[in-house]
Amino acid sequence: MAVVFEKTKMLTDAVFHYCPGCTHGVIHRLVAEVIEEMGLQEKAVGVAPVGCAVFAYNYFNCDMFEAAHGRAPAVATGIKRSRPDACVFTYQGDGDLASIGAAEIVHAAHRGEKITTIFVNNAIYGMTGGQMAPTTLVGQKTTTSPYGRDEAWCGKPIRVSEMLATIEGAAYIERVALNTNANIIKAKKAIRKAFECQMSGKGFAMVEVLSTCPTNWGLSPVEAMKWLEENMIPYYPLGVFKDKTKEGE
Amino acid sequence: MVKITINEELCKGCGLCARACPKDLIELCKTKLNAKGYHPAVVTDVEKCIACASCARTCPDVVIHIEKD
Amino acid sequence: MAQILMKGNEAIAEAAIRAGCRFFFGYPITPQTEVPEYMSARMPEIGGCYLQAESEVAAINMVYGAAGSGVRVMTSSSSPGVSLKQEGISYIAASELPCVVINVMRGGPGLGSIQASQGDYFQATKGGGHGDYHLIVLAPSSVQEAIDLMGTAFDLADKYRNPAMILADGIIGQMMEPVELPEMKEYKVDPEKKPWAATGWKPGDKKQRAVINSLYITTEELTELNERLQARYAEIEKNEARWETYNMDGAEFVIAAYGTVSRICKAAIDELKQEGINVGLVRPITLWPFPKQAVRDAVMADGVKACLTVELNAGQMVEDVRLAVNGAKPVEFFGHAGSLMPTAEEVKEQIKRMREE
Repeated sequence: MAVVFEKTKMLTDAVFHYCPGCTHGVIHRLVAEVIEEMGLQEKAVGVAPVGCAVFAYNYFNCDMFEAAHGRAPAVATGIKRSRPDACVFTYQGDGDLASIGAAEIVHAAHRGEKITTIFVNNAIYGMTGGQMAPTTLVGQKTTTSPYGRDEAWCGKPIRVSEMLATIEGAAYIERVALNTNANIIKAKKAIRKAFECQMSGKGFAMVEVLSTCPTNWGLSPVEAMKWLEENMIPYYPLGVFKDKTKEGE
Repeated sequence: MVKITINEELCKGCGLCARACPKDLIELCKTKLNAKGYHPAVVTDVEKCIACASCARTCPDVVIHIEKD
Repeated sequence: MAQILMKGNEAIAEAAIRAGCRFFFGYPITPQTEVPEYMSARMPEIGGCYLQAESEVAAINMVYGAAGSGVRVMTSSSSPGVSLKQEGISYIAASELPCVVINVMRGGPGLGSIQASQGDYFQATKGGGHGDYHLIVLAPSSVQEAIDLMGTAFDLADKYRNPAMILADGIIGQMMEPVELPEMKEYKVDPEKKPWAATGWKPGDKKQRAVINSLYITTEELTELNERLQARYAEIEKNEARWETYNMDGAEFVIAAYGTVSRICKAAIDELKQEGINVGLVRPITLWPFPKQAVRDAVMADGVKACLTVELNAGQMVEDVRLAVNGAKPVEFFGHAGSLMPTAEEVKEQIKRMREE
């Protein structure tokens, strides 16, 4: 029999600690498959964040770093500058990247740092138990916005892809979702492009993946997918926001 | 012929595979509980499976393995 | 080799390069800015990497990334900037990575002044960031010694897989002195010597894949890390204490001082000697490990009545001196916080006052 689908060797045998239905696992798999398919395992160095994906170093079967909260792009910079041939990626959530690590991601993009960032936006702080994130939607209830995010008090959520796309050093920026089979396939293509962008030396690349947090949204995994489609995608439109990969080909 | 193997012990019963299946062939087995305490996903009628791998692609725990003749 | 005249900050930078450092991440802040300036000119000449980070926080995390790859890497800053680096330093210490951090101290607290200070002694020697850890802290008292200690700092950092700090004051950084530079050294990452480094891995490799990490989620694992660190610190304390003594023969008082202040104290000691008053000096070169035994031996020597600790702060090292002496003899403090340098005249007055008491 021919194998149609099997787990990539770029993931270790460790069992994901994620809650049922959390799409971190899908994103891990896509990143791992891309690295394996591009033959980059030996060169790959991942930087895990602080947040739900804090244990990512247990799952990606390559050299890994665990960074302080928000600092993954700076750590990745240090790795890439000392090993220019390495394939360096950061894997960060919305609190890590869009809040405490806003400076680090902006300046990694600004320098055109040749790294790949996977940005997981689930509009909430998952690991600490469901607090408001910079990407929490207006009106969304969290444990620190119990009356719903108030625009007048906390502003509107940050659209990271749009913001980073304005930076010259950013070579590839795309936002994807995992709500349908077709979108999962698209997400993988985007991730592959972001890694190709790095390895061809084009500059900084980021894929923002809209993700669900059933546990902290208080929804079943299937309901959470629907909530993402109805609430997140309209505010965070999918698509390519920056693509310099074709230049100079 | 398609062979789908779901590692029931590692399944967290999230149901995303059932949602993804275009043929509606997967359900959470209410009569089984795995060691983690979840009702694992099971394939109801593998004969009708078209091996599209939508279930495996959406499985956050990567517990679905698919083979085909 | 002939002596050349060099400014402290530039000498520090050149010495780091000659010790094999090829990676520098930093951010401008007075009075250490000549270190990054020098590095920005010099690194491209030798195929090294100078990168100006967006902040001190980012700079130290870049150091973390490069250190995890096994290369010799450093950052440099001054007091407020070093405060910003503390998070990263704690992570680097916990991840058991070697690197060198320069602190050319300026006056504090807060934004303080841009003049010299020794106000960061506590921060440097007691940890500085969160958790139980130590840096190896080296305190030069001349530009030449800053050069010499740079090689020591990189070697000790590698030997113990622990960050090392050169704790200089603004005067060391800004002063020009005649110096001799060591020979240029190349440093190649040897995966055999640094099997923990992230140098690339594939399935089937003899070594395990690298995981550079400071998260130990169970109490058992975190206890194990801490026990490992504490055992290493004990080893460092046993092996690496460095100090200098001066004019100890027949001393009736001992001055404890380090860095630039120790030179002022030496001048005071020389002048007192001409007046027939014999005072010795014990100068810690490693502030951590603190040379407890050497300080105790100096103060406990026959004929020594008491110790005067002189610092350019409100009294920080004096606590370690008192711990070393443990109440056996009086330990007094003299110094100024706020970057006002103690003078030889003031030190002499203190000794004379102590003689009369």
